[in-house]
Amino acid sequence: MIFDILIYVFIGIGVFFSLLAGIGLIRFPDVYTRLHAGTKCTTFGSIFLIGAVILIGLRMWWGNDVNGSVLAIHSTAALIAILLTNPVGAHAIARAAHRSGVKPVGAVIDELAEKPHEPSRITSKTDTEDAGGD
Amino acid sequence: MGPEDNGMIDLNTTFLVVVIALVLCVILALIRVVRGPTAPDRVVGVDTINTIVIVSMVVFGAAYQEVIYIDVAIVYALLSFISTLFIAKYLEGGEF
Repeated sequence: MIFDILIYVFIGIGVFFSLLAGIGLIRFPDVYTRLHAGTKCTTFGSIFLIGAVILIGLRMWWGNDVNGSVLAIHSTAALIAILLTNPVGAHAIARAAHRSGVKPVGAVIDELAEKPHEPSRITSKTDTEDAGGD
Repeated sequence: MGPEDNGMIDLNTTFLVVVIALVLCVILALIRVVRGPTAPDRVVGVDTINTIVIVSMVVFGAAYQEVIYIDVAIVYALLSFISTLFIAKYLEGGEF
């Protein structure tokens, strides 16, 4: 049946992107790039894995099983919770990492420095250009 | 395992294999939590572990036909979001 094939394709995509999140979390050199791997790949994989569960619930519901409706609706609620909370948490972690002074690998200047008493330059060797600013 | 033919492969067995793969992802993220050089690295690892645990709870509930695991997953998602926000505010060092 085409429905089973769709469920297995969803499971394959979800597991592939979840493993990609784990590998990227090990291999990336930086907090911000690790945040890319650990948040976006996990969100995309969870969309497809919970989508497979929703399809199974809909198929059980189609076969006159009442538990399938409960499975599909509660899985949809869990998916909405993940989709609402995961990007907000990632943004909070990135802002906390930037404000606590973690620098990206290979960065020369910091263009996101908000307050004037924070150091706007990471490398203090080129102080001659900074004299005209502020 | 199923007595009648309602699928190509048994879906519950497939779901248990998926849960094992997600546990492997949790182990990979746990290595980052242990080895992380700074505190936001560990927070990123814990956030990834939280999301994977939510997904594996949903898949586990679908494998055993138990809806209570999915309800627990919803509550776990909201609580892990709140804990992530508070840890981020603590690392930021500002006023609450």
